[in-house]
Order: sequence, then C-alpha cells, then structure tokens
Amino acid sequence: MSKVFMFDALREATNEEMEKDASVFVLGEDVGHYGGSYKVTKDLHAKYGDLRVLDTPIAENSFMGMAVGAAITGLRPIVEGMNMSFLLLAFNQISNNAGMLRYTSGGNFKIPIVIRGPGGVGKQLGAEHSQRLEAYFQAIPGLKIIACSTPYNAKGLLKSAIRDDNPVILFEHVLLYNLKEELPKLEYFLPLDKAEIVRTGNQVTIVTYSRMRHHVMEAVDTLIQEDYDPEVIDLISLKPIDIASIRKSLIKTHKLMIVEECMKTGGIAAEIIAQVNDSLFDYLDAPVVRLSSQDIPTPYNGTLEKATVIHPHQIIDSVRKLVAI
Amino acid sequence: MNDKIVLPSTLSSINNTSSDTLLMLYKDMLLGRSFENMCAQMYYRGKMFGFVHLYNGQEAVSTGVIKCLNNTDYVCSTYRDHVHALSKGVPANLIMAELFGKETGCSHGRGGSMHIFSAKHNFLGGFAFIGEGIPIATGAAFQSIYRSHVLQDTNELRVTACFFGDGTTNNGQFFECLNMSVLWKLPIIFVVENNQWAIGMAHHRSSSSPEIHKKAKAFGLPGIEVDGMDVLAIRNVTQQAIKRARSGEGPTLIEALTYRFRGHSLADPDELRSSQEKDAWLARDPIKYFKNCLSVNSIIDDNLLNKIHTDVKADIDQAVSFALSSPEPQIKDLKRYLFVEDT
Repeated sequence: MSKVFMFDALREATNEEMEKDASVFVLGEDVGHYGGSYKVTKDLHAKYGDLRVLDTPIAENSFMGMAVGAAITGLRPIVEGMNMSFLLLAFNQISNNAGMLRYTSGGNFKIPIVIRGPGGVGKQLGAEHSQRLEAYFQAIPGLKIIACSTPYNAKGLLKSAIRDDNPVILFEHVLLYNLKEELPKLEYFLPLDKAEIVRTGNQVTIVTYSRMRHHVMEAVDTLIQEDYDPEVIDLISLKPIDIASIRKSLIKTHKLMIVEECMKTGGIAAEIIAQVNDSLFDYLDAPVVRLSSQDIPTPYNGTLEKATVIHPHQIIDSVRKLVAI
Repeated sequence: MNDKIVLPSTLSSINNTSSDTLLMLYKDMLLGRSFENMCAQMYYRGKMFGFVHLYNGQEAVSTGVIKCLNNTDYVCSTYRDHVHALSKGVPANLIMAELFGKETGCSHGRGGSMHIFSAKHNFLGGFAFIGEGIPIATGAAFQSIYRSHVLQDTNELRVTACFFGDGTTNNGQFFECLNMSVLWKLPIIFVVENNQWAIGMAHHRSSSSPEIHKKAKAFGLPGIEVDGMDVLAIRNVTQQAIKRARSGEGPTLIEALTYRFRGHSLADPDELRSSQEKDAWLARDPIKYFKNCLSVNSIIDDNLLNKIHTDVKADIDQAVSFALSSPEPQIKDLKRYLFVEDT
C-alpha cells in the first residue's frame, strides 16, 4: 500500500462520490482548470467537465447562494472556499440560507451542501489568509461543522459529509495537506459527530482538533518519556461537540485541557468548557485549561506569527502544571 | 437594443388570448388584491404579526409573469411574497395559516410573512434580506441546465422567475448573478418590480443610473422595460423571455414599472410619498384597467364578473376560517426541521 497525501485523500473522496452519484458536483474558484488552490480537485475537471467541476467568478456570496439554490432543487454541491477566509464574504448565504432555510421553511427543503477548504494559520501568509474561522460559524443554527486532521479522517469525513443531507462545513488546514498516510483500499466512511481517540490514557484528557492535534502529539512524545499518561481526543466534530466522548474520558482522568487554534475569545474551547460546566462539572478535579491562539490578527513576521498559536512546549508545560494540581 | 423606451400595447395581445385565459388572469389578480386586503384587516385585528409587506398595486406583475410558467418551473421571491405564492398555486389557506403562525401553514408557522416556501409548488421563498434570493434562484436555474446536460433529463428546461425590487438592483448579488447567469446561459428571468421606493428611499436618490433595464446590456443579456400595470404587456414580454430561456439562450431582465399602493409594510406610515404621486398611480390600478379592457372587448359580462368576485371572496373567507381554526405548533416541536433527521 502506498501513502497518500491529504489533498489526494480529499480528491479520492470527491471522485468516489461524484462517480457514484451524478448529482454531486464541485464549484468554487479555480477548482476546474487550475485543479484547486491546494490540488484537491486536480484532474477532476478533465474527467467530469465544466458543469460538474464548475469554475466560478470571484463572487463568494453569490456562488454560495447558488449552491444552496441548487441543493434545494435536488443537487448535491461541494463548495470549495479557495481559502476559508474568503467565505466571510459568503456569511449571509451560509448563515441565512445554508443554516436557516430548512427550519424557516418548516422543512420544505433540505440543503445537502458541503462547504470545504483550507484555513488556519499557515506560514507567513498574512492576517487575511491566516484566519481561524471555526468559532465564527459555530453559533449558526442548522450547520454541522467538522475539522479533519489526517489523510485517513479527511477522506472518511468528506465522504460522509457529501452523503449527509444537511449543510456541513469541513475545515481543512493549509499546513496539513502534505501529510501522508496509508489509506484502506476498501471504501470507508467516518461519522460526522464522533471524536477520534488518538491516544488512550488515564491521567489527563487533552481535547484538540486540526493542526493542533499534531502539536499535541508532539508534546505527548515528550510527556510519555516523563511518564505522563495523557488521553488525546481529536474532536473531529466542532458542532455538535461529542461531549459523550469527553465524558467517558473525564470519568477516568478528572482533568481536562483543550488545545485549539482559534482565538481564545468565544472559541471552540469556550463552548466546550461551558458544556463541561453544564453536565460534567462533578468529574473535574481542577478547572479546565484552554490553550488557544492569541486574540490578534495573524502577524506577517515569522516570530510573531509563531507566538500567535500554541506550540508543543506550551502544551508540555501546561500538562505538567495541570497534573500537579 | 436601441435606446428608445418601448412599452408594448395590450390590444394585440387581447385578441391572441383565449377568454378563459383572460378570465384566469383577472381572477388571479383579484385573488392577490383581496388576499392582501384581508391581511391588512387580520393584522389590525391581531391575527398576524411582525413585518408584513403587502403587494397591492403590483398584481399585474405577479400574474403577468407567473401565469406563463408551468408547475415544474420555479419562482423565487422576496419578503413581499404572498401574491407571488398565490399566483404560483400555493393555496390561499396555507399562506393565511402561515401568516397566522399556525402548524398548518406552508412553512409550518416557522417562517411567517417573509418566508413563504412550498417545495410542492416549486416556490423557493420568501427572503428577508434583499438580494438574498437572487443567488438561490440562480442555483435553481443552474440545476435546470445540470439536470439536462448531466442527468440527461430530456424534458424541456425548467425556468426560474426571480422577483426583487428597485432597491435590490444596487446590491452586489444582483450584479454577480447577472454575470453568472449569462456566463452559463441559465434559464432564469430576473423580474425587477420597480415601484420606485425602497422603504423611504426614492429610487433616483439611490441609483446613479436609474434605468435598471439598461444595466443588463453591460452583462450581455436583454433588458426589457415594461408597463408594470398592464398584465398582458407583462405576459407578452415574459413569454418571450421564457422562450429564450427554454431554448438555452439564457437569461432576460424584465423591469416592470409599477407602484405599491400601500406603505412598504403595515408598520410604515408612508409619509414620504406625495398624495399626487399616489393618486396618479391609483388611477392606473392594474385590475381596474384590465377589467375595463375585458368589458370594452366584451370578454366579460356582469354575471361572470360577479361570479369571479364571489368565488374569490369565498376563497379568502375560507382561508381565514382555515387559519383561525388551525392549531398552533407545539413547544415539543421547537427544534423540529433543523436537520433532516429531526423530522
């Protein structure tokens, strides 16, 4: 078995679903002739043609709404945000129509749309191309939000997202596309609402997602050598949060840390801590710790950019402190 | 396209149209007007709430356009959607029940006046933000050509009629969708109901270039200006636009010059429009005008007229009874319809 890049895994998922169901199509900027800004749709245009891999003009709000219109009349669009940040321009359509139209219409229509693309803090791409948007969309009712972190989960999640009859936003990360992994030859799907247990442990629960999963695992390499025993949970589903998996873990560890890339204010961790407070407070032996990115736009300078997000050494320090309580 | 404004006359069309069709058009406009008048009554009696935007005066546009469409064609509207829905065939009782917030409403009481939806009638909404429905309509039109080219559907192309007002034509989504619909030759008809007012903003105060139909040229689609108070004139240009759309030639922009006889919504005191302006347009009431055409051409006599009025009144009264006697949604169903699995 050969290893597959994450962008290839996403392409395999897209291709497999497009082959099986002719109503599935892709639209976005440069998805066709150019093959996608991160090669996720490379060569699909040659195979499926103009209508099924649709190169759009630069009009995010309108082509997002167009995707919703196509979805409510029977098609299954996959919208690629060339960078997820660009979808700020589509916030009207994502919130009002993708999120709310089904409910507001009393169930008249279903909206089987997938919105996917690269986001997160990259390598000196500047503030606007380095955005952490997952928390912005979090509160919108009617959306499902997932984040992939490995080629394996990227493929399984995208396939499930395409098959789901509800609007799903899939956050990929600019720095993870070149991850390589062996993938199963047989077809597989991953549930959209289940967290992934990356490492079982008994001492402390570390909840994370996307790129930060890799920083956590790097920290865990060091922590294991120091005889710590963390349990690492990759959220996968940012909305809804798989609180059941967190609960199972907290019953064992009683200590929770969340490592996220989004800004601290109103972030994914903020939501998890609130939910833990609601239903899992009695399991805690210490306050929940959250390690989040800074509440600043991502600076261009490399050193400053590095200081904006969380790195393994900070995770190691925090685990040591949390365990010591 | 030349630069002169050409307003099609009605006389030729009346001779080419069957009397059954003419009566159907008359009844549809009357239904729209009567429905809206009943809404005003019900609102002031505390049966419907919130923002309610009535269509009085613009009936020729709804009837003129929508009655040219098939059941399989789509209509996408705005918050001023009751009459568009009626013309498309959504039963009056389902709309009235929706306005009363009842479970039996077309959107099960979750939408209200600005969010009339009916999948069964291919009525795609009902949108509160202006411009928001235009991409939705564009998507339905895209689906139409996709269905034909990719899914090998051999039926004729389904057309989408997208309605919006003059204020919307300064919004980005309008221009973005004109562009995309020409690019991909989408079977869509953009119908601008230019009633010259966007709440209290006069069209000429917000638009550097007030002749909206002329903007179509910049994107490469035909832009037609039509008398929005003349149902047969609108029908005529719509039929041409439908023909163009179904043949795969793409979109058309129709600018219908019309007027709303009431305020922007039932909450609007309507103090900015002069009484001279209002009187001038009231004198051009599309229903009275059409009725007169029918009389003059001996299409209609008093008996038939009375029957139509009686039938429409009965429909409206029945809609109100239905709405009044319908149940409210239940609290236990608060989260229903959020996700497909919640049904």
